[in-house]
Amino acid sequence: MSQIETFYEVMRRQGITRRSFLKYCSLTAAALGLGPTFAPKIANAMETKERTPVIWLHGLECTCCSESFIRSAHPLVKDVVLSMISLDYDDTLMASAGHQAEAILEETIQKYKGKYILAVEGNPPLNEDGMFCIVGGKPFLDQLKHAAKDAAAVIAWGSCASWGCVQAARPNPTQAVPIHKVITDKPIIKVPGCPPIAEVMTGVITYMLTFGRLPELDRQGRPKMFYSQRIHDKCYRRPHFDAGQFVEEWDDEGARKGYCLYKVGCKGPTTYNACSTVRWNEGTSFPIQAGHGCIGCSEDGFWDKGSFYDRLTDINQFGIEQNADEIGMAVAGGVGAAVTAHAAVSAVKRAQHKGDQE
Amino acid sequence: MTTPLNTSGLDNSGRRIVVDPVTRIEGHMRCEVNVDENNIIRNAVSTGTMWRGLEVILKGRDPRDAWAFVERICGVCTGTHALTSCRAVEDALGIQVPLNAHLIRHMMDKTLQIHDHIVHFYHLHALDWVNPVNALKADPKATSELQQMVSPHHAKSSPGYFKDVQTRLKKFVESGQLGLFANGYWDNPAYKLPAEADLMAVAHYLEALDLQRDIVKIHTIFGGKNPHPNYMVGGVACAINIDGVGASGAPVNMTSLNFVLERIREAQEFTNNVYIPDVLTIAGVYKDWLHGGGLAASNLLSYGTYSKVPYDKSTDMLPAGAIVNGNWDEVLPVDVRDPEQIKEFVDHSWYSYEGEKQGLHPWEGETEPNFELGPNTVGTKTNIKELDESAKYSWIKAPRWRGHAMEVGPLARYIIAYASGTEVVKDQVDRSLSAFNQSTGLDLGLKQFLPSTLGRTLARALECQLCADTMLDDWHQLVGNIKNGDSSTANVEKWDPKSWPKEAMGVGINEAPRGALGHWIKIKDGKIENYQAIVPTTWNGSPRDSEGNIGAFEASLLNTPMERPDEPVEILRTLHSFDPCLACSTHVMSEDGQELTKVKIR
Repeated sequence: MSQIETFYEVMRRQGITRRSFLKYCSLTAAALGLGPTFAPKIANAMETKERTPVIWLHGLECTCCSESFIRSAHPLVKDVVLSMISLDYDDTLMASAGHQAEAILEETIQKYKGKYILAVEGNPPLNEDGMFCIVGGKPFLDQLKHAAKDAAAVIAWGSCASWGCVQAARPNPTQAVPIHKVITDKPIIKVPGCPPIAEVMTGVITYMLTFGRLPELDRQGRPKMFYSQRIHDKCYRRPHFDAGQFVEEWDDEGARKGYCLYKVGCKGPTTYNACSTVRWNEGTSFPIQAGHGCIGCSEDGFWDKGSFYDRLTDINQFGIEQNADEIGMAVAGGVGAAVTAHAAVSAVKRAQHKGDQE
Repeated sequence: MTTPLNTSGLDNSGRRIVVDPVTRIEGHMRCEVNVDENNIIRNAVSTGTMWRGLEVILKGRDPRDAWAFVERICGVCTGTHALTSCRAVEDALGIQVPLNAHLIRHMMDKTLQIHDHIVHFYHLHALDWVNPVNALKADPKATSELQQMVSPHHAKSSPGYFKDVQTRLKKFVESGQLGLFANGYWDNPAYKLPAEADLMAVAHYLEALDLQRDIVKIHTIFGGKNPHPNYMVGGVACAINIDGVGASGAPVNMTSLNFVLERIREAQEFTNNVYIPDVLTIAGVYKDWLHGGGLAASNLLSYGTYSKVPYDKSTDMLPAGAIVNGNWDEVLPVDVRDPEQIKEFVDHSWYSYEGEKQGLHPWEGETEPNFELGPNTVGTKTNIKELDESAKYSWIKAPRWRGHAMEVGPLARYIIAYASGTEVVKDQVDRSLSAFNQSTGLDLGLKQFLPSTLGRTLARALECQLCADTMLDDWHQLVGNIKNGDSSTANVEKWDPKSWPKEAMGVGINEAPRGALGHWIKIKDGKIENYQAIVPTTWNGSPRDSEGNIGAFEASLLNTPMERPDEPVEILRTLHSFDPCLACSTHVMSEDGQELTKVKIR
């Protein structure tokens, strides 16, 4: 008999009835947007699957992705690590170091050729023969290529691995590059964000383990289930945008009433992420709810797109800039009319830009 | 035998041991030591093995954006760089933040301390003391008794609870897929805990995962997310609306304040009932292992933090100061603006500049990457087997205070506070030492106990407790201030760059989880002209300087006996007690970032 403890066994041991377990599976299916027919598949996977080996490498980064990962509430990270995956190499958390750590990396690659998931946090610098990031006396780039060769799939955690992020911002002194520049023969799932939301990270892993396939990706390689809508589309402050009610200055009346942050630089209208739906830290809040505009941290090159406090100008094409000002003036005259006008314009814009990011 | 603090006291003739990667830290680090015939460490070389060049990237940008860039220096001590950056910009422009913003920033900063200290102890450091495999041998009933003895108020203490944890662990180990525990040093005699203490600690490893997930939600309320909550120059972005129109959609309202209060109480409970009892229990068993003091016995530095009166450093809860040559009777004043006090050196760092024997104050910081290996290097440029520490050997620079290498961090803060007569700290420290002496039957003095690996680990736990307790005070003060009619959270007078002088310079300081943190900024024509950060691990992990003074990591390893030199348990134990953060330490200013010097092997 298998000694491996499945996710189902974990739940049962924690006092959860089979009935509740099946309910959990339905809820998971619903949360992933999959419909009730998928619930039995999830149940089956959780009852029988062995733990998939995961190698988690770190390049030039700040470890915020790992920190985010351990914040996951559903599933709990302890269940992920103890019962869903086998995190065989992760230099941030693993017990062994030096030679013993390198040996485990090698052993995992050999033993699970073609079967392990490679998760990459951070990115490789190319300047100085890669020696701006050294692991085991060698360039991180070597380790990355070596581990990628026999991986079943590659996950790019966060904006570093997906786009380059802060070290790749102008003038990119180390020539740090996103991992798809050096891993060219494998599917790469990009999970951008600085960092990505914890439940998005574990959601991607859970999906892959449960369904045994990669999540559906958009053209840029991001899972559609989390990155197909703009933060603006589902923002709870969106009605204020449509009504032309804006924060004009920090801590003004509008800021206290929770008005739209567009005029103080919010990048929600151009940022694809799940912050306004999944929210952060077990759904506690998200940047806009806490009063600061979105800085667009899941978008490619967000560091080099002007100040975080500049009003978006590259969405003039959407007509938003113009409308925000017009509405601002119109509000003085009559809020009702402004709402109607703005809503109509928004509807037109939506129609115009349908499929823009497909 | 006293620890040598200069290269003249080192001996690199013995067997060389290389540890790379050093794991369970933030970022990338390498360590090499030489052991003598008795397996005692006689030479230590610590190397930062990454460089990102963030300050190069900051040049020419909007100073109001700087916090977000430098926040990404580190996602573990997330927020501390952002706060320090805001302070630097505000200092340069003469902006003072409202009292509410001051309090909210303190609460966010203390949230980080608590989170960081707990994650460090349980998830990065514990496996240096705790053997999870040995926990399988524990009797759950005896573990329950141990738990109730060391912490009578902790709810999760039944035999059934520990039996469950043990069963789960057993299945995990027997699965053959050991994951993070694979290739650990589990039969090394350096592990000394009885099986029951190991099991208790494993249970707390898991409980701490839950706690850390919840405590950071304070950042989510005030800063929108964690890791990397949002900060803002001039105050905080989370406007307060308690009872007006739209309060329920406002960042700070009655429900979010209540939420924060709950999280503070949970942190207090965990620290008092789990964290501190665990550290004292472990210390009691490892009572004979008082290695790892190094620089802590002589040179310590703190910039001070948590001023009770905003902008009055004399009211810091943990005071600023420097102690040199082990003289606790004299705490020297520290001035981060004085070009004679703080200087960085690059003799042994992979940077160069003209006249590089001269140290430079951070406002004048000037460096260019120069990856160059010494003549005694073993290996090649891209496959280093052994470094040559007589030449350049690290991406970390060597900051010095009046020429001294200094240790920074919770232990430095605590010794300086103790020596300065800070009552609350004296009380915590004295109580802990007496508990330690009582449980071990020893009669150690403070100077024997504190400057050690264990002392460093204890100071961190005590600081966690202090932060949780005083965060409650901050909360009450915030609510009191709102009650008095002050809801202000931002000072926008100088938000517009048009209101700024043509040129300005400022410095922001803080005590980050790992120690003294300073950001120095020069602003010209509304843009960043120069930016330099000296972070805690730059101090602690610094290589040698031109005078041969060695840094805190290296000093702490000296004279430590190793049970099995091929298994670096003792090296990890002491290095981890500093909570190294390499992404933090290894990004320094380059005046001309694109011009990269080619590697030379001499």
